[in-house]
Amino acid sequence: MPGPTGPITGILGLSTEVIGIWLAALLTLAIYSFLYGDNPVYKVAEHIFVGISAAYGAALTYHLVIIRRLFDPLFRPDLAQPPLDVPKLSLIIPGLLGLLIFSRFIPRYDWLSRWPIAFIMGLYAGLSIPRTIQTNILKQMQATIAPVLPVDAGGQYLFFSGFENLLLIVGVVCTLAYFYFSLPHRGVMGGLSRVGIWFLMIGFGAGFGNTVMARISLLIGRIQFLLYEWLPTIGIHLGSGPGAG
Amino acid sequence: MRLQIPIAMGFLAGVFMFVQFFIPHQMIKASFKDALDWAIIIGAFALVLGLGSLFRAHIDKIRNRRPDYGYSFVTLISFAVMFFFGILYKTDPGTVFDWLFINVQVPLEATMFSLLAFFIASAAYRTFRARSVEATLLLLAAVIVMLGRVPISDKIPYLNLHEITEWIMMVPTVAAKRGILFGVALGAVATALRIILGLERSHLGGGGGQ
Repeated sequence: MPGPTGPITGILGLSTEVIGIWLAALLTLAIYSFLYGDNPVYKVAEHIFVGISAAYGAALTYHLVIIRRLFDPLFRPDLAQPPLDVPKLSLIIPGLLGLLIFSRFIPRYDWLSRWPIAFIMGLYAGLSIPRTIQTNILKQMQATIAPVLPVDAGGQYLFFSGFENLLLIVGVVCTLAYFYFSLPHRGVMGGLSRVGIWFLMIGFGAGFGNTVMARISLLIGRIQFLLYEWLPTIGIHLGSGPGAG
Repeated sequence: MRLQIPIAMGFLAGVFMFVQFFIPHQMIKASFKDALDWAIIIGAFALVLGLGSLFRAHIDKIRNRRPDYGYSFVTLISFAVMFFFGILYKTDPGTVFDWLFINVQVPLEATMFSLLAFFIASAAYRTFRARSVEATLLLLAAVIVMLGRVPISDKIPYLNLHEITEWIMMVPTVAAKRGILFGVALGAVATALRIILGLERSHLGGGGGQ
């Protein structure tokens, strides 16, 4: 097994690399066994995943947040990043607010847990207003208002580019019309919202296709791992894999 | 008081974060960075609540001998092993923690998500029917994008599916997404304002009394 902090070594004559490949391969096959039906092997792999993922997040949070951002600047300023001359006492406030969250476990004082939650919610709400307006509204509007008859440096009309820009404007307006419920969707409004639905359907279809292909690419990765990394450990060589030079 | 103090805290924090955006002063910038650090630190404590909930669910399952309670042991032991190595020996490359991450978590996560490829494809096969203009557009866009993302599409004569896919992604899809995004953004701003002004209080639920 790998040394706790030092270089990776082997066990029982097997290198940790081979043990790791076998572990990953067995877990991969355990998850794929679900394709046959729900079974105990899949459930074990699933529960390992839950435990390992939660611990991974918890350990990283402990080192990167609790130690690096709170404990070191407060109690070991010389080890803080960057090093400090004096302890950063202002961090006592978030430390205490964080501890107040645990008042949830004491029914008599559980109302105190509202303080840190209200602070975080207010903070992120205030942060989100200018950022959302700037990036998701103004920038997007700016990108939509594009010339429908653009010309290149030589003065030539770029008809296809103009058509794309026109389509973009029509698409955005029609999609907004579909989501505008203060007017009945009849007449002109009905026509606009109908075209809006077409754009939405194309968007959803493209999003679906993209998602499927992203999953397929993960599947290809796992199959390649089994074929070109795991099988060679039991003496079956199918070549060096498609990515090899 | 039990409700007024947190509402006042949310108001002050929200107003500060909103106002700092318009005041690019060094002192304000430093306070802004500190405030973000504070939020991250408080969030880390909140993670313990989430973990507590996970433990409680599994320990209750074991204690009451509910069906499949044995798997709860697997979750708790996996957590304990990973957390032990993570806390004691840090998370640097070359440690047991890193080894477990690379050889257990990464393959499990990738395989779990790749499993969705089968279910999403079979669900599509069962539900995609070109019965109307809208359904046909959805179907066509999905098929073109899927074909345009694989190398075999280059072999199809007279049709550059890769370029058509890029066009679909860059023009009609962007138009639809932008329309949705405007609505989402306006909704997010309205909700944020309600939180700052104390009109939205659902996040302060729990903790009885006023």
